[in-house]
Amino acid sequence: MLSAKLFNATTIFYMASTLVFFGYLAGRNKHVGTAASALAWIGFVVQTAAIGLRWKESYDIGLGHAPMSNLYESVVFFAWSIVLIFGIIDIKYKYRIIGAFVMPFALMGMAWAQLYLPTDINPLMPALQSNWLLYHVITCFLGYAAFAVACGVSIMYLIKAKSEEKGNEAAGGLMSQFPPTRALDDLNYKAIMVGFPLLTLGIITGAAWANYAWGTYWSWDPKETWSLIVWFVYAAFLHARFTKGWVGKRAAWLSIIGFAATIFCYLGVNLLLSGLHSYGNMS
Amino acid sequence: MSTNQRGFVQQVWDFFCSLKLTLFLLITLAITSIIGTVIPQYPNIDERYWATISAGRKALYEKLGFFDMYHSWWFLALLALFCINLIACSIKRLPHVFKFVSEPATTISETQQKIFPCKELKLEGSLDASRDKLAAFLGARFATPTITQVGNQYHLFAQKNAWCRLGVYVVHFSILVIMAGTIIGNIGGYKGFVAIVEGETINMVKARNGKDVPLGFEVKCDQFTVSFYDAPGGGGPSQMPKEFKSILTLTENGKEIPGYKHVRVVVNEPLTYKGITFYQSSYGQANDPSQFFFTVKQRESGKSEQVVLRPGSQTRLPDGRSASIVDLTDNPGEGLAAVLGVSDKGAEPKFFKVYKNNPGLDDLRGDRLIFTFTGTDARMYTGLQVNKDPGVWVVWAGCLMMCLGLCIAFFMSHKRVWIVVQHGYARIYGNASKNQPAFLTEFERLAEELQKQTI
Repeated sequence: MLSAKLFNATTIFYMASTLVFFGYLAGRNKHVGTAASALAWIGFVVQTAAIGLRWKESYDIGLGHAPMSNLYESVVFFAWSIVLIFGIIDIKYKYRIIGAFVMPFALMGMAWAQLYLPTDINPLMPALQSNWLLYHVITCFLGYAAFAVACGVSIMYLIKAKSEEKGNEAAGGLMSQFPPTRALDDLNYKAIMVGFPLLTLGIITGAAWANYAWGTYWSWDPKETWSLIVWFVYAAFLHARFTKGWVGKRAAWLSIIGFAATIFCYLGVNLLLSGLHSYGNMS
Repeated sequence: MSTNQRGFVQQVWDFFCSLKLTLFLLITLAITSIIGTVIPQYPNIDERYWATISAGRKALYEKLGFFDMYHSWWFLALLALFCINLIACSIKRLPHVFKFVSEPATTISETQQKIFPCKELKLEGSLDASRDKLAAFLGARFATPTITQVGNQYHLFAQKNAWCRLGVYVVHFSILVIMAGTIIGNIGGYKGFVAIVEGETINMVKARNGKDVPLGFEVKCDQFTVSFYDAPGGGGPSQMPKEFKSILTLTENGKEIPGYKHVRVVVNEPLTYKGITFYQSSYGQANDPSQFFFTVKQRESGKSEQVVLRPGSQTRLPDGRSASIVDLTDNPGEGLAAVLGVSDKGAEPKFFKVYKNNPGLDDLRGDRLIFTFTGTDARMYTGLQVNKDPGVWVVWAGCLMMCLGLCIAFFMSHKRVWIVVQHGYARIYGNASKNQPAFLTEFERLAEELQKQTI
């Protein structure tokens, strides 16, 4: 199928983008940065086409559903969302360099999906046959992606802050390429500010769907509970920031913890615990 | 009240209002919630689980409520404390914010003049004429200003979206609304289950607390069917279910209800009548079959006929042999299958399996008779989840409120502009509650436009 080839191409573009971003980090040549971003964008366009095509292909084989129904499709969509959020930040705030810390997440997702996950288009079991699937998955994954970006930015913050503490701020050092710590801290907050309402919407659409399919909007299923845990962590982040002035290092750590919880909510729950979200079955 | 007592009351109040408590609760709720995702929860505990933990540990978990953690007294207490904290914080802070929004300070203080971004412009007209022109400008380009005289200065003050400072309280209030919705649902509603055999009628359901709840009307199951996806590559249906479908008919005191005759209920498309909703949730066979239906085709002549086999008795086949049903299996991956024993007079019977979902397969056996298993006379039952939840709309209203509140709180900004008018010159100041860089661009454009005018 053509979509499979395009997904392979996407993975290669993301890998190239990541490598060129690393080169940008080391060489500080502006054109290298532009090239890295361009590769990410090309990969994004190819991936968008591939997702669209896979959607069409599912109709061709008579199943006809959005490509967001199993683990493979969700990982691919996660990678797509991460690049989208990075692209928006690249355009809006011009901090291209954060790509070096965000694109690896997208690359890891695509590489894992392409190399290890079964790529078949499966028929939808009755519980998944609903328009809520689309709304629920899109809001959740855009939220997750925003948290991924916040986590990447937070890692940058910690590296930069550490080097500043050591007094390595000699002109021309690797760190001079990083945005100022204040900007990184602000970006961390901005990404979470976008992710938090999306996660909220994701939880609500999930609850609405559960109510429609099973008659319970909340049943403390492990997936539901973990999404609430993630929500609590970021709510704590926001309150600590607004009222206790938790900025900088502590905010960065909280953001990293939040993303770890997000990844557990997304993958850990399916692979390690049991519950309603069936796509965790790897076979 | 003595000073001591007042001091104590004050301390308790401060405790409930404190943001330290908020952070403690958010983090404690996050951490304790993990317990119930790792330890199995009632009523979904597999019997085999008990063998994996010691009796001492079981007793300890039982005592701590870990097997129904989210309804344990301490978890509910945490949630209640969370609500009290929310309410107390709002009572403490809301009046200040409300006052700030409804009665804004219309003059700009010395301190604010030092820290807010500022632009200066020269004035040519008289003080009063300039003041009026500036007021008209602000009114047209930003918002209608309030004019206050301070000594020999005029302070023009205009603001936009002041109410967005209340957004965060909308979010906080929405949490209380959602909690209220769940409580209403718990008190005024129930969750139950009912299994209805095809052709039968029920008027009660079993609630989760074990009580029988009368519905006030009757539900008849006309039919239940499972359909399967086609197997990839053709060759009949696969084992992957496509749809579980119940056809129900509702009656009230035996009388038909318009629009509720032969209604389809499938997963994701529930049926609601009088606030009670029926969800397709499970199914099964209601009784052991006594008749098995087959189509038997003679290989040579190609003639087909219907044959009914019964367990425990021999049936004569078209070619003179006799057959009986030995077993009925339903293994995952192969679906319903009948095991037949066919014997010639006096000889040992031959046993073979006929698959219901794979009609072409028996041809491969090479026998002179080809069997197709078409079904049994067993009746199906449909399992329906039955809910009454008068609080669910309150919950949705709360969710909507939360989304709106979050958008207001995160993406809208309270923008303020002051113009201090003096003889000969004026200064314009600006401030926004959020997204300073974006506001600065807007503010500079406003100031630039102002500087171009002759005032």
